[in-house]
Amino acid sequence: MSFLIQQTLLYSIPLMIVALAGVFSERSGVINLALEGIMIMGAFIGVIATRSLQSLQIFVDAQASGNWAMLQLMELMIMLIAAFAGAVFSLLLSYSAINLRADQTIGGTALNLLAPAICLFLIRVIANQNTLGMENGSSPADWFMIKRSTLGIDPMQKLDFFTETFVVKNYLATYICIIIFVIMAIILYKTRFGLRLRACGENPQAAASLGINVFKMRYAGVTISGALAGMGGFVYAMTTQNCTSNGDVAGFGFLALAVMIFGNWKPLNIAFASLIFGFFKCIAASYSTLDINGDGVYFLRDTIKVSPYLYMMMPFVITLIVLSLTSKNSRAPKAEGIPYDKGMR
Amino acid sequence: MNNKLSLLYRKDGTQKFLSSLIAILLGMVFGSVLIAIVGATNPDIGGKGILDGIKLVFLGLFSTGTKNGALTFGFNPTLFGDMLFRATPLIMTGLSVAVSQKTGLFNIGAPGQYLMGTLASLMIALSIPTTTVPPAVVWLLAFLGGCLAGALWGAIPGLLKAFLNINEVLACIMTNWIAANLVTLLFDIGKFSIFTGAQTSAMGDPIVLHGSFKNLIESTKSAYIYKTTYNNVATPKLGLDKLLPGSQVNGGILIAIAIAVLVYIIIHKTTFGYQLKACGANRHAARYAGIQDKRNIVFSMAIAGCLAGAGAALYWLSGNTEFAWQTYQSLPAVGFNGIPVALLAINNPIGVIFSGILMAMLNIIGTRLTALTSYNEYITDVIIAAIVYLSAFALMIRMWLSGSNKKKMLAFKPAAVNPEPPKPAETEKPVEAIKPPEDPAPVVSENQEGGAQV
Repeated sequence: MSFLIQQTLLYSIPLMIVALAGVFSERSGVINLALEGIMIMGAFIGVIATRSLQSLQIFVDAQASGNWAMLQLMELMIMLIAAFAGAVFSLLLSYSAINLRADQTIGGTALNLLAPAICLFLIRVIANQNTLGMENGSSPADWFMIKRSTLGIDPMQKLDFFTETFVVKNYLATYICIIIFVIMAIILYKTRFGLRLRACGENPQAAASLGINVFKMRYAGVTISGALAGMGGFVYAMTTQNCTSNGDVAGFGFLALAVMIFGNWKPLNIAFASLIFGFFKCIAASYSTLDINGDGVYFLRDTIKVSPYLYMMMPFVITLIVLSLTSKNSRAPKAEGIPYDKGMR
Repeated sequence: MNNKLSLLYRKDGTQKFLSSLIAILLGMVFGSVLIAIVGATNPDIGGKGILDGIKLVFLGLFSTGTKNGALTFGFNPTLFGDMLFRATPLIMTGLSVAVSQKTGLFNIGAPGQYLMGTLASLMIALSIPTTTVPPAVVWLLAFLGGCLAGALWGAIPGLLKAFLNINEVLACIMTNWIAANLVTLLFDIGKFSIFTGAQTSAMGDPIVLHGSFKNLIESTKSAYIYKTTYNNVATPKLGLDKLLPGSQVNGGILIAIAIAVLVYIIIHKTTFGYQLKACGANRHAARYAGIQDKRNIVFSMAIAGCLAGAGAALYWLSGNTEFAWQTYQSLPAVGFNGIPVALLAINNPIGVIFSGILMAMLNIIGTRLTALTSYNEYITDVIIAAIVYLSAFALMIRMWLSGSNKKKMLAFKPAAVNPEPPKPAETEKPVEAIKPPEDPAPVVSENQEGGAQV
């Protein structure tokens, strides 16, 4: 049971943060189809940063002596770098969508094509193969994972359910993402900035008439979106892909888009939706090894016998159904996808 | 002569063509810059490596290999044939995107439709035994099956758009990933059993394909579906392989070109095509004029899906391609590359033929870079992505092309205040203007302007 919850969280948290990234962009009036591309970029830069920080003596010593505070600091630094990379990459989208008033769908598609291409091109040049991992074949479990030894717990000691599930074998990144999610949701709903941002996505002309700079607000929305998505991309790569980058996040960015739609562009619903979708993803991933009650029978593979691909398909099917059921009262921002034109009313 | 040239230059079509050309060149320059940067930071590559890389980006199609460490260039029939072979599905997905664009819909669902076409055509081609049914009939059935599967898959977002007003981009993204998992699922559990007759195994026994579609006969190939040649199904070469020896080219490219011409005729010369375009221009006005907008939106998406499915059928039925069935992690690039193909052709079906071949050329350039330098084929994708991004700037490039009146066009675009056209009009138009004095209709606004200026 703890395994299932842990795994679900691993998939849900990046999904949640990237879906929130989508909300920030769309609420400011720019459709961000590039979530997938930004995630790929964030993951790639994150892995590059991990590799270069790994060779610094201070962190090598910290890892050797088990100085976990130092290592967690390193993890935070890499998350920040990945967020910065995502924000910079998303500027390409803002420039074409806001300054040039180009088609946002095409701009997003271009970024989705560009990110894997550049990443794979560089990975092949750097590593001469299609996957870039950490230096010397080490894994994030050695460096960043919170383990029994990190906390000084005896390996044989029986743990209570809470510690077993939410502390041991977890990553600090998961909780940082949750905190960031809450903070960003509050910013979006309870601050002046958030209100202005949302106004630009509903009726930019009205917002401009009250002295709000729509261009700046949309730039802010897309850049925040890029930072969150870039960070989410790295967290996804670190926690579920063993800190590797291969120019691919397996459609995770599009899944986040589905989460955003399913959650009706609202943070609380998104948190809920990402748990459901993360659960499907987790079931599909641990299909052949999931042993719920520990009796040696692989429940999904041997008892239910439904193909794992069906579980992976479910989130998209559900989203399509939800889309068609709620099309009449969808809360999608009114002005999303429409370039802002001062002269229009 | 000079006047004619400047007239040609001012034509809308010419400027569109030029802006596409500039987008392509800028994309290639961007690729070259990336090559130079990577080369400069990597001591193994060096100045000569950078130069070779850039040469190949622009002239890769004419590369014939290396001699004494230096690249040689010339006509290479193998590369030309491979280019035409790879262009086949690109033309079809490009048409798919272009047709939907005519109705004002952005078909980002081409990858999913392409996958469904692949599923249907491969399953049909492999599970009807050619020992009893002639291979040509099986090929035709598989091709039509691919078209139908793509059409049905494309119709889903069309129906959702027409009747529930759901954004087709979102619906297409969802159907893409459903298709990616569905295709993997069905190839994973699909079962069939046929006796293929002509083929024999290494031991000389006749092969009976049974069990799953996964290639279990050849070792290490279980991630792939059987080639259709196991069932003697392959697109006829139509002599093209004699023309371009050593390449994978087959009759598929001719079929693709024929379909492109057919689509051009349907869109531009029939009532149905006009209705599609009317819905794209203004759905509500079209309905007011008595056009069934909902039906046309569904048809447009279904045709788009049909074209993408046909592209898949033409590619996978060729007999020399193997389909990796685990598609659940990524969507086929061919589907997405239909977007730049259509963008570069400005949605003109005839233009799609050329832009499709051009995209295929970029593909070939990528393979040459991998083979001959320390760079790799992903530079192609970088260039294509740059082209898509730049095509967002197409409007700006067009403004820049039209020169001095740039600022006025930037501000607004009323053609009436355009000071440029009168000059050529003065020399040629007056003759026409005098000839039909009884014609009351003011034919061209340019004439009036010219008069006003004089």
